[in-house]
Amino acid sequence: MKTVSRIYTVLMLIFLYAPVAVMVFFSLNSGGSVWVFSGFSLKWYEGLMEDTTMLTALTHTIIIAVLSAVISTVIGTAASVGILSLRKKFTKKVITSVTNIPLMNADIVTGVSLMLLFIFIGRLFSLDESLGFVTVLIAHITFNLPYVILSVMPKLVQTDHNLLDAAMDLGCTKTASFFKVILPSVSTGIFTGFIMAFTLSLDDFVISYFTCGHYQTLPIVIYNMTKKTVSPDVYALSTVIFVIIFVLLILYNVVQNKQDKRRTAI
Amino acid sequence: MNKKSFGSRLVAAPYYVWAAIFVVVPLIITAYFAFTGKDGSFTLSNMYGISKYGKSFAISILYAVIATAVTLLVSYPMAYFMTKLKISSQRMILLIVMLPMWMNFLIRTYSWITILANTGLINTFLKAIGLGPVQLINTPGAVILGMVYDFIPYMILPIYSVMTKIDHSVLEAAEDLGANGFHRMTKVIFPLSLPGVISGITMVFVPSVSTFYISQKLGGNKNLLIGDAIEFLFNNGPDYYNIASALSLILMVMILLCLTVMNRFDNGEPEGIIV
Amino acid sequence: MNKKLISFIMAFMLVFTLCSCDNQGGEEDDENGLKVDCRGEYSKALSGTVLNVYNWGEYISDGEDDAIDVNAEFEKLTGIKVNYTTYESNETMYSQIKSGGVSYDIIIPSDYMIERMINEDMLRKIDTDSLSNYDLIEKKYKGLYFDKNEEYSVPYNVGMVGIIYNKKQIGEPEKSWKALWDPKYKDMSLNFNNPRDAFMTAQMILGQDLNTTDKKDWDAASELLKKQKSVLQSYVMDEIYGKMETGEASIAPYYAGDFLVMKDENPDLEFYYPNEGTNIFIDSMCIPKNVKNYDAAMMYINFMLEPDVSLANAEYIGYASPNKAVVSNPEYCYFEDEILYPEEPPENIQYYHDLDTETRMYYENLWIDIKLY
Repeated sequence: MKTVSRIYTVLMLIFLYAPVAVMVFFSLNSGGSVWVFSGFSLKWYEGLMEDTTMLTALTHTIIIAVLSAVISTVIGTAASVGILSLRKKFTKKVITSVTNIPLMNADIVTGVSLMLLFIFIGRLFSLDESLGFVTVLIAHITFNLPYVILSVMPKLVQTDHNLLDAAMDLGCTKTASFFKVILPSVSTGIFTGFIMAFTLSLDDFVISYFTCGHYQTLPIVIYNMTKKTVSPDVYALSTVIFVIIFVLLILYNVVQNKQDKRRTAI
Repeated sequence: MNKKSFGSRLVAAPYYVWAAIFVVVPLIITAYFAFTGKDGSFTLSNMYGISKYGKSFAISILYAVIATAVTLLVSYPMAYFMTKLKISSQRMILLIVMLPMWMNFLIRTYSWITILANTGLINTFLKAIGLGPVQLINTPGAVILGMVYDFIPYMILPIYSVMTKIDHSVLEAAEDLGANGFHRMTKVIFPLSLPGVISGITMVFVPSVSTFYISQKLGGNKNLLIGDAIEFLFNNGPDYYNIASALSLILMVMILLCLTVMNRFDNGEPEGIIV
Repeated sequence: MNKKLISFIMAFMLVFTLCSCDNQGGEEDDENGLKVDCRGEYSKALSGTVLNVYNWGEYISDGEDDAIDVNAEFEKLTGIKVNYTTYESNETMYSQIKSGGVSYDIIIPSDYMIERMINEDMLRKIDTDSLSNYDLIEKKYKGLYFDKNEEYSVPYNVGMVGIIYNKKQIGEPEKSWKALWDPKYKDMSLNFNNPRDAFMTAQMILGQDLNTTDKKDWDAASELLKKQKSVLQSYVMDEIYGKMETGEASIAPYYAGDFLVMKDENPDLEFYYPNEGTNIFIDSMCIPKNVKNYDAAMMYINFMLEPDVSLANAEYIGYASPNKAVVSNPEYCYFEDEILYPEEPPENIQYYHDLDTETRMYYENLWIDIKLY
């Protein structure tokens, strides 16, 4: 049984990493093709630093990811508190359903419907241009919000309500006790929500495709590149991003493992 | 909870406003376009016009169902084997499984061209050993493979996370009561892991059925999946907004119906996939 | 520890954003500098403004292979930031502008699309008198049917469609569009992934007028295209580069200029104009009505006509140039090239015209049927 599972796992990993290996390998190509390998070279990595289109797009992506993650985390956390305190079952149900829509719906429908809204607003105010930075940001916040709420809400439910009462009995105001007691106890949920929002925003292509206008994010630029001849520079950039995330995750993992050990020690 | 006042409900107000404007209103606008003609008057002609795209829906659903089934079949054992590992290795392998998700999915899909093309890696190898080129790219198989590959982590993760929560004492009890390995799997583990399976199915099916990039790159643009049709129509100018909105609306209704049916199987609380 | 992780990520971002800022400052490259006189037309008066250019993919000299990076040179000369984006069909470009989603300062549509955009009042007039380089454009490309009074468009490139094939893989095909239907080349042939051009390949075989409004003609052409599907490897636009250069596909219709670029990478490729006739097109620079930076757009158009810039573009893109300064330059790498500037042009060359909405929507719907076939 053990050998079976081992072989299976290895095969799966090969499947998962075959395209990644292809990408890393061809990013080192000295030729300009992602099909024919003509020798090793780092020139595409050097070239990256000069490719203003790609770097601008990368900056755009990061700005949108950070802003949308921060804003949706704030709005979403507040929303979770509010939704939980709703008393009417029906209202609660309606709101949960609406929250779930962007989560369950196909990206393309979310993207298209937001585009129609923005264009509609643009026509209403006869703007020259209805799509751009603001609209991508709004779109990203919109699809991030349910993920934040979904990460925060379960943690809020778990929170011991006696804690809040205790804090208030000890003379804390309601607001103060919220910030001092409730918020810290749901911080892991908030953090998970933030990270999810950030990565989703970083990777989003479909929704940005319909809403970004001139404010092109990296996936849009990559999409345009794959429409013509892809040169290894795209692969080089992806490899760089891949390595950064890999290192971050390893670090996160190491820290987490240490924390676990400490916890079990206690 | 009984001391919650108006204030704590008010903090959610920004979200309610946001959801109303950017979730509900866009859907209303989409529906408006779907039920009006170019001149803005009410019509059902878009809904009739959709019959033309019957085949789009049919092949999209077919591909997505196959892709979802394949994904489930290969992911389930993987998730199971993962739970059998030591905790620290579990975390490691989880990380390894998730890592490709952070690579841009356009690139991940595109790399498959290099592997599957007639002049690609597999065919070069096959030619070298004399098994001659096999048509891999631009086939339905390639499109389905792309779907499986792109969305497989969304299947493994929820199943895995549900499986780790299965109480060991339940398994021991089953063993004590004389259940063999097969029965433990079918009668205990599988039913208990069902919520994970269901959330995995929905998380793979929805993006598969609505994709447009995968079919363009790996299918050679020769078919028109429902996502392709929507994208093509929206890119052909406002003349097509009405019909494209109708398609989007139908797609949405279809997906939401599927999900509602799926959720019937899953009577537990909806589970967030916490990374 | 969570806070630490966040600050860590933030630090990474900071590094990235700093890099990209750094980059815009430096990088002086005067090696293959451009000889454009500052005759006052290219002032720095608009320095700091942004010019949104929307062009076809692979349609400008971008600094690869030591060529001139046209946009960078323009930025250097005027201080205007060029925000350059690309599209892959006239229809996509039209749709973007028509929806009002985005505004551009420069677009480069083809003939029939210019006609349509003028009809729909989407273009702004261009004062050609104020373009000092406008005289460089050959007379035969001025005032054509889509813009008779030379008010809206300035020609950028001219081209014809033909068939590219890999002689090593398939030898000599018959000099007809029918080659694309030949079962001998099953799974090795490509066709256009845009309706107008794909229909053209069938229309030529059927001997139709490319601008027919007879639905029966379009039906017949669509039947032919449906038959082709079983032979076809895929529908492509610029993906054709990779496919033809590596030998992934062996025969395909495409624009003559692109063939010359592909041949540089793969010398086995050859080209012919099919004997039934073909489509000729002119892509011209236009300014949309909702332009934001008109003066910069005019500067850009004039800059694109500069002999050196035109030459760089013509050599990089490979299309025929309407610019006298390029065509008469013996150092131009495609000087008197047989394919681009044939002494005896192929027979039956036709322009596309803007068709009425009904016909247009009719063939676009047929295209969907073909895809679904």
